[in-house]
Amino acid sequence: MKETLLLTKHMREFPEDSHQIEIYEKNNGYSALKKVLKEDNPENVINEIKDSNIRGRGGAGFPTGVKWGFLAENEDRYLVINGDESEPGTFKDRILLERDPHQLIEGVIITCFASNIKKAFIYIRGEYAKPARRVQDAVEQAYEKGYLGNNILGTNFSLDVVVHLGAGAYICGEETALLNSLEGKRGEPRLKPPYFPAVMGLYNKPTLVNNVETISSVPWIIQNSGKEYSKLGVEGSTGTRIFSLSGHVNNPGNFEIEMGQSFGEFIDTFGKGIKNNKNVKAYIPGGASAPWFTGDQLDIKMTIDDVANAGSMLGSGAVVVMDEDTNLVYAAKSIVSFFAHESCGQCTPCREGTTWLEMILERIASGRGRLSDISLLIDICDNISPGLDWPPKMTTICPLGPSAVSPITSLLNNFSEEITNMLPTKIPITQ
Amino acid sequence: MSWEKALIDKAKEIIDMYPQKRSALGPLLYLAQEKDGYISNDSIVEISNLIGITEVQVKSVASFYSMYKEEQTGKYLLSVCKSISCEINDSRSVIDSVKNFTGLENYETDTEKVFTFEEVECIGACGGAPAVQVNYETVEGLTPEKSLQMCEWLKEERPEIIVAEELQEKFGGVKSFDWAIKDNTGSSYSVPGFQNIGTAKEKS
Repeated sequence: MKETLLLTKHMREFPEDSHQIEIYEKNNGYSALKKVLKEDNPENVINEIKDSNIRGRGGAGFPTGVKWGFLAENEDRYLVINGDESEPGTFKDRILLERDPHQLIEGVIITCFASNIKKAFIYIRGEYAKPARRVQDAVEQAYEKGYLGNNILGTNFSLDVVVHLGAGAYICGEETALLNSLEGKRGEPRLKPPYFPAVMGLYNKPTLVNNVETISSVPWIIQNSGKEYSKLGVEGSTGTRIFSLSGHVNNPGNFEIEMGQSFGEFIDTFGKGIKNNKNVKAYIPGGASAPWFTGDQLDIKMTIDDVANAGSMLGSGAVVVMDEDTNLVYAAKSIVSFFAHESCGQCTPCREGTTWLEMILERIASGRGRLSDISLLIDICDNISPGLDWPPKMTTICPLGPSAVSPITSLLNNFSEEITNMLPTKIPITQ
Repeated sequence: MSWEKALIDKAKEIIDMYPQKRSALGPLLYLAQEKDGYISNDSIVEISNLIGITEVQVKSVASFYSMYKEEQTGKYLLSVCKSISCEINDSRSVIDSVKNFTGLENYETDTEKVFTFEEVECIGACGGAPAVQVNYETVEGLTPEKSLQMCEWLKEERPEIIVAEELQEKFGGVKSFDWAIKDNTGSSYSVPGFQNIGTAKEKS
């Protein structure tokens, strides 16, 4: 098993100056853009993306070509790059922004050309100050060289790009919350329908919202054709994907591989095994929102469909490994606290539910748990996401609330003894 | 204190970048925070006039996002991550170490306005857990001892600009990925060192 480098190739070959425009240009950079502008056929670009079968890398895995096809006609249309990467365990967009910003910008320009968009926004989370500086510098370099601005490379096509910084709200990774945030409002997800910002998005105009990794893939697809891209990986999960590996592994990091390998192989090959030769107790396959797999389930294949069939999701591609000594009650509490903190507060089941889940886990973790707490946890989870199924049923506008249910069902389904061990064995007499 | 002309000009330049004025609200709140270390009532009035929305609308947005501060922060904002990858790599002892040194609880600032301490959710440094941000510049692979040394160094040296590379080299350990690119840009005060006009601050 080895890496297949498409998106991280340039940064590996030129580690110290991959972010500079001269180095990027010298190594075929912006040649996909030149090709597209020369052919002058936007329809072709969209067809290449459709042929590639690439699915969005933000978490939902929606086919990118289909999304582009939804974009409604309008004089004002926008592209918004979702760089609000905040799913615990994920740091793949950070490396793309920090180390290869021109690849993203070239993808942005090609995308806008294909969809006749004249204004694009790159929304980067506030905590990514350094990545945002790199992207801003790269945007300025691109303006100087005539890749951005009016009449790009002497054609009739013009495009402006604005880099916009978020301010510390996970919920803005949800695309309609991100659009509200970009409009200068509270980052609260919008009520659906309309389901797709491609129909009604920023300023109620048709808007494409795509993840950093998705758009960074566009230059390669244009250079090598959508067909070539679709040959990589497996059906339904074509191409390469950058997985962020963290937790109790010897060698954490970002690894770009073709989808279709097993998690166990991935953890052994790239993570170089578990720290201190311990065993895996549980692992999270796709970010904090995803239900956990146990150490006995390491042969599951890393594809969007295989993970979904096994009852979880590949989500943002963040693999978090927990060894045999991990206290899973604390781990679940950490994830539930995250969602309680990041709930936007619009929907009652999420706002109140996540807060109660956090308080109950807190009291169990501190040794003040009650025997009735397990049924109470299940009751609250059921109120947030009826039936506790996967994929979750929703009582809320967005999936944040149900995400807080995943760690608790994971804990109770497979590791219930961990939580019962922390509960009292005697019932005190109330005085 | 109301805003000086130079700051208002800068704000107008930012507003012009967006199709609708209100989109500039976020960047303008950062300008306000860079000026005072928090979002002051005067700034709220200025921003509401510049954008043409009510003061309460400005305040409603400012209070939604955790990076806009309602109280004045210290010179160094210490944000220790406690999300899952950091949690299972013992971020709790880093948190204890920072709390012990500064004597601060979550969201508190010392009276000399040197440190503000906060426990935060995922900062995207999971491969380098446990991780900390100082004025939104990331330091990865910390230990309780190294985080203590870092606080001591900050208190002693009082650098104007926080450069992630410098802190990482002195106090950091395992990283999420190889940073490779040498960089001397950073942040001063409790705002991310980023402006979408002009370039970032450089340490000489």
